[in-house]
Amino acid sequence: MQIFHRSTNTIAKVSIFGSIFFLAFFAWVYSTLLRSSYVTGQGVVKKQPVPFSHQHHVAGLGIDCRYCHTSVERSAFAGIPPTETCMNCHRQIWTNAELLEPVRASYRDNVPLQWTRLNDLPDFVYFNHSVHIAKGMGCVTCHGPVNQMQLTFQHASLQMEWCLSCHRDPAQNVRPREEVFNLDWQPPADPRQARALQARLVKEYNVRSLTSCSTCHR
Amino acid sequence: MDNHQGKCGAEPSVDLEAVRERLRTKKGPEFWRSLDELAAAPGFQEMLHREFPRHASEWTDGVSRRGFLQLASASLALAGLTACTRQPTEVIVPYVKQPEQLVPGRPLFFATALTVSGLGLGVLAESHQGRPTKIEGNPDHPASLGATDVFAQAAVLTLYDPERSQTVLQSGRPATWGGFVSEANGALRALQALGGDGLRLLTGTVTSPTLAAQIQGLLQKYPKARWHRWEPAAGNAHAAAVRAFGRPLAARYDFTRAKVVVTLGSDMLAEGPGAVRYARDFTDGRRVRRDHAEMNRLYAVESFPTPTGSIADHRLQLSPPQLEAFALALAQAVGAAGGTGATLADPKAEKWLQAVATDLKANPGASLVVADEYGSPAVQVLVHAINQALGNAGRTVVYTEPVAVDPVDPVQSLAELVNDMNAGRVDVLLMLDGVNPVYSAPADLPFAAGLKKVRVAIHHGLFEDETSGYCRWHLNAAHELESWGDARAFDGTVSILQPLIEPLYGGRTAIEVLAALSDQPDATSYDLVRGYWSTRLNAGGNLDKTTDPGGVTTALGFGTLPGTMTQPVAATATGAGTAAFEAAFRRVLHTGLVPNTQAPPVSAVIQGAAVQQAAGEIAAAAPGVTLLFRPDPTIYDGRFASNAWLQELPKPISKLTWDNALMLSPKTAQRLKLEMEEMAEVNASGRKIRAAVWIQPGLADDTALLHLGYGRQNAGKATGAGFNAYPLRTSQTQWSIPGVELRSLGGRYPLASTQNHHLLEPGWDEMKLASEEAERREVIRHGTLDQFRKNPNFIQEAREKPAADETLYPKYPYPGHAWGMSIDLGVCTGCSSCVVACQAENNVPVVGKEQVLKHRAMHWLRIDRYFSGDIDEPTIHHQPVPCMHCENAPCEIVCPVAATVHSDEGLNDMVYNRCVGTRYCSNNCPYKVRRFNFLRYSDRTTPVLALLENPDVTVRMRGVMEKCTYCVQRIEEAKIESKVEGRPIPANWLKTACQQACPTQAIVFGDVNDPAWEVTKLKAEPLNYGLLEELNTRPRTTYLAKLRNPNPALAGLEQGAEHGHA
Repeated sequence: MQIFHRSTNTIAKVSIFGSIFFLAFFAWVYSTLLRSSYVTGQGVVKKQPVPFSHQHHVAGLGIDCRYCHTSVERSAFAGIPPTETCMNCHRQIWTNAELLEPVRASYRDNVPLQWTRLNDLPDFVYFNHSVHIAKGMGCVTCHGPVNQMQLTFQHASLQMEWCLSCHRDPAQNVRPREEVFNLDWQPPADPRQARALQARLVKEYNVRSLTSCSTCHR
Repeated sequence: MDNHQGKCGAEPSVDLEAVRERLRTKKGPEFWRSLDELAAAPGFQEMLHREFPRHASEWTDGVSRRGFLQLASASLALAGLTACTRQPTEVIVPYVKQPEQLVPGRPLFFATALTVSGLGLGVLAESHQGRPTKIEGNPDHPASLGATDVFAQAAVLTLYDPERSQTVLQSGRPATWGGFVSEANGALRALQALGGDGLRLLTGTVTSPTLAAQIQGLLQKYPKARWHRWEPAAGNAHAAAVRAFGRPLAARYDFTRAKVVVTLGSDMLAEGPGAVRYARDFTDGRRVRRDHAEMNRLYAVESFPTPTGSIADHRLQLSPPQLEAFALALAQAVGAAGGTGATLADPKAEKWLQAVATDLKANPGASLVVADEYGSPAVQVLVHAINQALGNAGRTVVYTEPVAVDPVDPVQSLAELVNDMNAGRVDVLLMLDGVNPVYSAPADLPFAAGLKKVRVAIHHGLFEDETSGYCRWHLNAAHELESWGDARAFDGTVSILQPLIEPLYGGRTAIEVLAALSDQPDATSYDLVRGYWSTRLNAGGNLDKTTDPGGVTTALGFGTLPGTMTQPVAATATGAGTAAFEAAFRRVLHTGLVPNTQAPPVSAVIQGAAVQQAAGEIAAAAPGVTLLFRPDPTIYDGRFASNAWLQELPKPISKLTWDNALMLSPKTAQRLKLEMEEMAEVNASGRKIRAAVWIQPGLADDTALLHLGYGRQNAGKATGAGFNAYPLRTSQTQWSIPGVELRSLGGRYPLASTQNHHLLEPGWDEMKLASEEAERREVIRHGTLDQFRKNPNFIQEAREKPAADETLYPKYPYPGHAWGMSIDLGVCTGCSSCVVACQAENNVPVVGKEQVLKHRAMHWLRIDRYFSGDIDEPTIHHQPVPCMHCENAPCEIVCPVAATVHSDEGLNDMVYNRCVGTRYCSNNCPYKVRRFNFLRYSDRTTPVLALLENPDVTVRMRGVMEKCTYCVQRIEEAKIESKVEGRPIPANWLKTACQQACPTQAIVFGDVNDPAWEVTKLKAEPLNYGLLEELNTRPRTTYLAKLRNPNPALAGLEQGAEHGHA
């Protein structure tokens, strides 16, 4: 006796076959979500106590990165400037600007500013700025064209696959040390020349691919 | 209390007679860990085969079905989502004005000192953006030479202890500092007309020159006021010196000059303010290398096993009366005391005596006898005489003026105070720096009763304790890491204490309290300490001899050492505020000590009558059991009771944690029919306490040992732990009571000892190998100096080391660095500084007694303590066991998620964020060095404890495996720094936390690919061997075999040293 209608065969085939698509779709949604800026924070502008413009200070005024991020060559942490650094200039210019009131208040009342962290690695990851600088990795490589950012945001995904894309082949990003803080530097346009330069720098700076877990996880 | 789970010491009983029989008749490995092992107790057998005790992976909390389903569904739902959780938004808080020299992200080190019983140890405190996280020794400081003891390592935990007293209390209610100052000064004004009659000051030992000057000032202002001292763990050295020399001289040892050392019960290498230095000096004389086969020789005569005794070349167990007789006989044998009347009942001791005396006499001026400072004054007088007779005075032992200010006999001093209090003669009593006599006073002195009669009792301390409850005022003290101050080290060297952090709870230092009572209520300790030194330092940062002649003893006994207040000194050209002084003060702070303040040697002439009197006091052995009291190896006299690192640190010999116990030798326990963990009553002439019994091989017969410091009634988390020994201690019986009665009370008390945790071996019962093969696989390799001289390669020849290619493991090239470690078993005393150092450096949590009973203590570095020989007179060995970082690591291949992997420098990396907690790695680790977070042990809810964590090391969560990383954060830091500076890592520049803390430099770490590193040389030494290397794990941590330098004249007397039971 025929219990199921003939069409059941088709339905069964489609649903078995379809489940593969369904699973694939789910996996795709999952991996897309994982890499989305919702999770990574990439490209998201966050609220800050003062709408500080890197574009104005870096591109407009030509202030070097290290004027504010003083410990970038010596420490794991690049350093966020103390209020005093802001006031070095702003006790003389824009002294009445309303935008800068939080800065003046901080200096006046001796209460630190609280900046929202943009480039935030998980607590089990130990990144060190100084060694990347020493090995000829430019600021722009990870932080993007900060000199064009009116409001600053996280440029890269900062996910492990992104870290590893360079750690597996650091030559692609190496630049002369004197150009590390130059956000507009470009490698030679000729790919052969670019490769030659990279090869020379990798040798000169002893740049190595480090992918042991303890390089970053301690 | 969890009484039946996971305890292997708690099986009904260990049949000691059967154990002895087995040792006599059966073959087995040479080393054993505990009596349970020898008895093949069922619990021990189970532990051998199970990674963790039963119930380790079960959830013992009650949980309802509904609750279970909720959790199960929640965990299912969360399981898939863990990877896509968003990080919470964080803020960056920069400075407003950044302090000078501070580089964000990099630690700063400040030279300061930490004190125990007033005596300082010079340290470097590591500060991360203003929060102290780690203590290192100060290499320039004579008491430290770069290493520390356990107390210094644990100081940061006390600093952040949330149980610290956080406010001024008036009759138990929160009050203000101002309220105290006005009331106290009012009370003092009322006393001023009386010349201060009724004002009393009670402190511990004081070495601080600033505080001493203040006390002197106070006593000058109130001539009838009195200053009392109470130090529960002071020992008898003061009384002995007064008897021997007529004045309280201090003895300081120079082990570098001593070829033959005899300790009569002293644990001088692991206990006391000079121990760190002494351990270094002593072990420097016994590092045998290929081209240096010389060793000093240490004889230890002791009543109970100590770290010092465990590295001795010969160890003799004598009960306290026998030990005294031995001291007398030795004095007579070397001609230090007249007569030859002393007889030793034991023929072995007699033979020993002859050998020791001959050896000593053969090395005049290059030998040293050290007395137990807790032993009777008579023995110490005899030992002074022995050293004089041997010509050691001025060479291996120097005498100096006492380091403590105005030294007194603390028992007598306290007794006078108690008498006066009870007679109503004390109106105002000021107790400084956490002195806690209600808990620790001798039992015959009714301190608490007297304290109730004091009108204004003021208690100043880090904690509310037993004493503060009786006081009208309790002042919360500042921790030493929050304070300006000064202190002397064991040799008199002054260090200035500088604060690393503002007082967390607004506490005050003793200096500030005294200033407030001297009409300077707002003076800070910074001003006071600087003010004191402003007239005493010259431009070079040296002591200014013109303003401080030193050597002038005032009537009060305040000034004898360089740098001491002698009399008010007029301001000089080097006064405060001058540029010369500023420079000098800065230099002193930078180096951590005031140069040239070491106590100079003085000539000491022993009084002949004192020796004869001492000889006459040595009585014939009294019958019965002698009870000994000693400061606890980890919590001292009880002052560190609330420090969980020290509570959970296994005691060097017994490996007990969180408790003390009444320790008895196997024979004595058998005679008294007392068993392990059985509750017993101790009756000393009517004074009684209850305590649990611990049978300790290595203890002399008819001797009971009880450590002080436990059984606190008001000590926060430590309240009630262990057994209070103070109710038995009277003024007359401070350190030993002869003829105590012990009886069983029935009932058991679980003791959390780690001695059977993390077992390596198949165990005594299962070792069925041929003896030769068994010998090749011993965990501890050892031999004698003579053996080494005849054939330096005797260890190498006995190694069973499979060829490198006999393996299925992948081959790793190590082209760059290859990190490795060498641990010298010959100099390890088991003091355990390294264990606490590792805990502080690596954010290792404490787990509590119940979890320790389940074998879950988290220490990354453990020290295995082994016995060899028979159970009544064993030899003791220590073996620190960190991760071996095997080149063929068994843990790596079994991890299903690659959470433990090989680094290109040979490190066995542990990746916490990958770990899912299968524990396969731990199962497969032959060394049992992996630790699993069964529960969330790290405290993430107490805000102040977050300040304690080392920011360079991940804080681990529940369900994650962890283990020794070779301090990978330090390796990476060193690599990064050298890369930034464009140079290789200088040889021996990088130290692990355990290495840095080790007083004897037993641990050496470094790059084994680079021949310039010390570790590479050590690994090429003939004494080098690997633990369980027959498994071909190719461990990067290797050991140097333990060499002893026995006296041929005592050959055959030693059992246990050479396969005693084979």
